[in-house]
Amino acid sequence: MVAMSKDVRQLDRVIIRFAGDSGDGMQLTGDRFTTETASFGNDLSTLPDFPAEIRAPAGTLPGVSAFQLHFADHDIMTPGDRPDVLVAMNPAALKANLEDLPRGADLIVNTDEFSKRNLTKVGYEANPLDDGSLEAYNVHPIGLTSMTVEALKEFSITKKEAERAKNMFALGLLSWLYNRPTEGTLKFLEVKFAKNEQIMRANIAAFNAGWNFGETTEDFSVSYEIKPARLPSGTYRNISGNLALAYGLVAASKQTGLPLFLGSYPITPASDILHELSKHKRFGVRTFQAEDEIAAVGAALGAAYGGSLAVTSTSGPGLALKAETVGLGVSLELPLIVVDVQRAGPSTGMPTKTEQADLLQAMFGRNGEAPVPIVAPRSPADCFETALEAARIATTYRVPVILLSDGYLANGSEPWRIPAVEDLPDLTVEFTTEPNRPDGEFWPYLRDATTLARPWAVPGTAGLEHRIGGIEKADGTGNISYDAANHDLMVRTRQAKVDGIAATIPPTDVEDPDGLARVLVLGWGSTYGPIGAACRRVRREGLSVAQAHLRHLNPFPSDLGDVLRRYDRVLVPEMNLGQLAMLVRARFLVDAISYNRVRGMPFKAEELASVITGVIEEVNEQ
Amino acid sequence: MSESDFPSLRLVPKAREPQKAKDFKTDQEVRWCPGCGDYAILAAVQSFMPELGIARENTVFVSGIGCSSRFPYYMNTYGMHSIHGRAPAIATGLASSRQDLSVWVVTGDGDGLSIGGNHLIHALRRNVNLKILLFNNRIYGLTKGQYSPTSELGKITKSTPFGSLDAPFNPLSLALGADATFVARSIDSDRKHLTSVLRAAAAHRGSAFVEIYQNCNIFNDEAFEPLKDPATRDDFTIRLEDGAPIRWGANAEHGLYRSPGNGLVAGEVAEQGEAGLLVHDPHNDDPSHAFELSRLADISLARTPIGVFRAVDRPVYDDMMSDQLDKARATQGEGDLATLLAGSDTWTID
Ligand code: SF4
Repeated sequence: MVAMSKDVRQLDRVIIRFAGDSGDGMQLTGDRFTTETASFGNDLSTLPDFPAEIRAPAGTLPGVSAFQLHFADHDIMTPGDRPDVLVAMNPAALKANLEDLPRGADLIVNTDEFSKRNLTKVGYEANPLDDGSLEAYNVHPIGLTSMTVEALKEFSITKKEAERAKNMFALGLLSWLYNRPTEGTLKFLEVKFAKNEQIMRANIAAFNAGWNFGETTEDFSVSYEIKPARLPSGTYRNISGNLALAYGLVAASKQTGLPLFLGSYPITPASDILHELSKHKRFGVRTFQAEDEIAAVGAALGAAYGGSLAVTSTSGPGLALKAETVGLGVSLELPLIVVDVQRAGPSTGMPTKTEQADLLQAMFGRNGEAPVPIVAPRSPADCFETALEAARIATTYRVPVILLSDGYLANGSEPWRIPAVEDLPDLTVEFTTEPNRPDGEFWPYLRDATTLARPWAVPGTAGLEHRIGGIEKADGTGNISYDAANHDLMVRTRQAKVDGIAATIPPTDVEDPDGLARVLVLGWGSTYGPIGAACRRVRREGLSVAQAHLRHLNPFPSDLGDVLRRYDRVLVPEMNLGQLAMLVRARFLVDAISYNRVRGMPFKAEELASVITGVIEEVNEQ
Repeated sequence: MSESDFPSLRLVPKAREPQKAKDFKTDQEVRWCPGCGDYAILAAVQSFMPELGIARENTVFVSGIGCSSRFPYYMNTYGMHSIHGRAPAIATGLASSRQDLSVWVVTGDGDGLSIGGNHLIHALRRNVNLKILLFNNRIYGLTKGQYSPTSELGKITKSTPFGSLDAPFNPLSLALGADATFVARSIDSDRKHLTSVLRAAAAHRGSAFVEIYQNCNIFNDEAFEPLKDPATRDDFTIRLEDGAPIRWGANAEHGLYRSPGNGLVAGEVAEQGEAGLLVHDPHNDDPSHAFELSRLADISLARTPIGVFRAVDRPVYDDMMSDQLDKARATQGEGDLATLLAGSDTWTID
């Protein structure tokens, strides 16, 4: 066989970026390559990056859609900074992504799209394939479209349909190049196009043609192999953040024994949580697509009153609209999970781009003193556990909890070691069914001495009929009260209840391998991967640095102040203008320094590594 | 009464023993202004509730903000006094997740038609199993007297010293436009009529929208006086009855006829005869009949129909939601978490 005549070279990691027009199917191509890679057993991390417009004008820079995948034979933390291979389906994709491409990288270009017209559209005066401007790269000019059309000529499909299969040709070629298993993709195409056999067979043929082209062409003299990663033993799957979050909520429903109710209004990048949960009716999951964000959280709060595990999912603009109802939840002291999949703001901002600038909104964005616990996942798979943690806090303390995910976590994916259901935390909830006063009365605001939570007595419980509302309530009885001292007490009690959660959260997890670090890098949310990767780089250079990453942002772990004070410098990288930094400075009087970028994209490990190195050098000079 | 006579409440547990109006009273001091129409409505509702024969603990009153929204505090059931305008949304979540509850929403013209207008129309179009009582006093009471979305054009209030520029909403037309399946109107002072309308609303499965003309004696006194004053009320009020010819007046001397141009005209029965009288049919699937009736009275209240305008059956949101769950379990089996988490593409590392 021809394949045997080509060398197979070993690599420990590769970063591939597929880039094309929004209509070119790049997200699908990336997803398939990811699934092949996952089933092969590599560790991986992905970064989809697409425009907010469904179909931006074809061939333009704003219409470019890209998917980056980093996979390796060891555990990795980020989707990678710079691709080793860029697949550019048109001039726009080349232009938009070339800047990130390191010298010597492989560049696979679909030459069919490099027409005068397409080049002019993105401002190329000369064809970069001819003018020598790509000399620094290993360019593979391939007529992806024409070869696909040629390969599919015996199918009774239109030329347009044949052209559309070019992404499968590209996928086939890359799958050959990196020795990916193909059964999964073939099976996927059979299912996806089950209704149209011609299209199904054409896509399979295009995929095979791409694979065979790799084997036969002179252009690729070697293919590569990346051995499976040695991850902890277990059964794995690939999972995106939104999917992991949805599964975490279904699991929380099972673990609490409460039916799940999701009230939601479609919003990017959170809608997939609604889509996913709407499938799981056999788990007793009710999903309600509301008329607006306010109704979505309102319905969830109503369901919480009725005894459901109530959730509302949204993004930043929606969180702003829900603020008043979340405040009502604080006053009613009912469990509610508010998921904010953050995106670049303010206002509409950049809906498909990531950011973590809603922390202060989550913290303070309500009228009056209205504290809510806040948790944030650190990686796509971590969304699962964070959802369970949000459910634990909400149901134990009868309080709305805000879970801050973001666009990068939502759409990015990584391998996930599937937990055994028996190992999930027991979150069983007991409703109050008996009067709680010696005189046989029921007081809805008589609190648990430890948690300060009030009883959760749901409608349908005889003898415990009671009324609750947003007006200040008398301590204990819950009757309307405008008494000054009582209000002061209630405000402080609601705050004390939330502060008390700290007693049940683990101490700050600090990674300081040699124990010599003088600089601590503190982060929260999706920056975990880039910060972790950057710290590894810094340590490889022989420097010491510590990393701590917060899941709980309100309240903080009890030991956080002590941890921060142990280091000479605390550096807080954030995809905002310094929101966590502001909180820790205010809270602990620690002179934390910020590193901030709000570019709609995750940090690059390389960039963070040099910032960290700079801080370490500065400290060492002192 | 231990059995509910209301098939619409078949999923709600029955009361263990007969209840009385006083069982529905709370120990809370009622804080409406003396003379407010809300008192009469509260009394009517409290004395009507036992008739339903359902467990008191399975009854929930949800309200928004405004004078009327204090209502839940005075009902010895479960209740939530929420935030401005959002009661229909909150009640939707509650009713659709708990079919064993009888859920009532109490709102007002500001709460339900202004800040919460969106939630109201969407609850109605979904046909959620809610009984929505909208106390219409054509004014903002709690904030001390600004014009409301039902105040007449030109109304002089604190916020409109030169007269309001807003054309008012017709709440019933709005509800009908939102495809409400049950639409009715009554008056605070007419206990008997109000009770009959509450009864019909409770018997309806799905959203029931009841507008109650309510006097705010502090900021908009006598707004509905023509319907109450013995000297005028018979001429102003049309009492709609299912299947009966539409006529009114002290001696039922006025009647409603269809004009040659197909509109509605009022006429004298003595002159035009009984044969041509329009017969009221609230069960007509076509909402135009109910809509015409909702447009009959102008802001002056002349020829104001009260009673049930429309009562038709349409699939109920909560029923459909739980049917989908049942069907999914019947066809796919109860969900298994381990299977869900594993998905279809896994690999194992030893
Ligand atoms: S202000 Fe008007 S509506 Fe409000 S309680 Fe007083 S009388 Fe009743």
